[in-house]
Amino acid sequence: MRRYSVAAIVKEAFRYNAGWERAWRSPEPKKQYDAVIIGAGGHGLATAYYLGKNHGIKNVAILEKGWLGGGNTGRNTTIIRSNYLQDSSAAIYEKARSLYETLSQELNYNVMFSPRGVMMLAQTEHEVRGYRRTAHANNLQGVETEFIDPNTVKRLCPIIELSGPRFPVLGALWQPRGGTARHDAVAWGYARACSDMGMDIIQKCEVIDILKADGKVTGVDTTKGPIKTKNLGIVVAGNSSVMADKAGFRLPIESVSLQALVSEPVKPCMDVVVMANTVHGYMSQSDKGEMVIGGGTDGFNNYTQRGSFHHIEETVRALIETFPIISRLKMLRQWGGIVDVTGDRSPIISKTPLSGCYINCGWGTGGFKAIPGSGWAMAETMANGRPGQLASAFSLDRFREGRFIDESVAAGVAH
Amino acid sequence: MLVIKCPYCEVEAEETELTPGGEAHLERFGPDSSDEDFEHYLFIRKNERGVTFERWHHTYGCGKWFHAARCSMTMEIFGTYPAQTSKPPKELIKLIKSKRPNWGDHK
Repeated sequence: MRRYSVAAIVKEAFRYNAGWERAWRSPEPKKQYDAVIIGAGGHGLATAYYLGKNHGIKNVAILEKGWLGGGNTGRNTTIIRSNYLQDSSAAIYEKARSLYETLSQELNYNVMFSPRGVMMLAQTEHEVRGYRRTAHANNLQGVETEFIDPNTVKRLCPIIELSGPRFPVLGALWQPRGGTARHDAVAWGYARACSDMGMDIIQKCEVIDILKADGKVTGVDTTKGPIKTKNLGIVVAGNSSVMADKAGFRLPIESVSLQALVSEPVKPCMDVVVMANTVHGYMSQSDKGEMVIGGGTDGFNNYTQRGSFHHIEETVRALIETFPIISRLKMLRQWGGIVDVTGDRSPIISKTPLSGCYINCGWGTGGFKAIPGSGWAMAETMANGRPGQLASAFSLDRFREGRFIDESVAAGVAH
Repeated sequence: MLVIKCPYCEVEAEETELTPGGEAHLERFGPDSSDEDFEHYLFIRKNERGVTFERWHHTYGCGKWFHAARCSMTMEIFGTYPAQTSKPPKELIKLIKSKRPNWGDHK
């Protein structure tokens, strides 16, 4: 792999940029791999990367039915934070956030991590109490957050309207080291690093069936032929139930559409991420100047990557009260992604009833921020055959045993 | 915007008039059941890609719960039927099979 550097840019400038290589290879699949990962999104590629880097397993294929990073990795609102209430959530999300800090250097690929700060507005008395509690919990967990007063909110984000008639801003939970990153670049950076380690990223290769014998996984059947493996990772987000069905078990997951939209680009007016959970909306400004807005999910199962328009209307209607400045902005694009939501709104990184088959799913509406930590924990699970410290609380059997990691209450709605 | 016909008041209801109520025909288990049955009742979902059966509530209408058969890939509504049943009507299954020959059956 040719390293990206200032020297390389200077050199290429003198030869019409003719020397740049493709960032990753697109090989045909081999007959057999030590490990196969279904799904080349952020989580799948990160899993492969840490399998190679932390555990020395490099004979790996990553299968993708569409194109790399074309699912939820390319559809989210790029927010990174780790201010969760429960210890096991805070641990894995904080691991992810801390890995993001040095990810560009590590991958030699600019993921444009911008720790600009994330604030979650408290707009009811209950939220004030809830966020104060979260701030205390975070400080015990080693996650730097604080509860800030309305004047500080206004100083950090001048375009905010503090005394809205319906939803006054009473304070906010502020995580100064949260922020955003370039979502596509995260997938591309991991893909480039995986390819460099000799891993095969196989796009347009759909898994038709999961092959098994004596309760153990033996491989997968794909649109590019059968591939043998004894170590299979399913990392397919919205399609997790479909893959689990092929593997012969069922999941506590429902797939629903989550939508986002961006405005026309405007001059810089907001250099923090603001989430308003009472009104189901969150907003940040991209480096291109677009206001990036996300909202709530639909209430019914859906695999179409489109959502109902009235959710967009609800989100925008609420955000206009908090940010009157955006009331006449035109919206440029709107899209949906299919998110896999669990009963307790926490993810699953786990062994499955099929021996040798592992699953990483259930990130629901908040998977992007977790990509490095999720990959780290999933790689550990696949390499050792059992979950390590980060993943152990997120096992599939917690639903039977009643060990929920209840973030649906802790995190409000936006994730 | 989904438009679903309420089988009780026969109004062609828009999605904003309705509240989705999740998977239909769940088998309910009580306090004396096994952990596995209780887990299946509370959390495990079919989450079908394709033909799916679900419950809806005509919140801003007649206020009644009913069932609907829908395709989660195309959003096509195959039909609706009253809540007082533990499985979909035969005519509806027949209609879905004529439209989706590869679909298995309601399990």
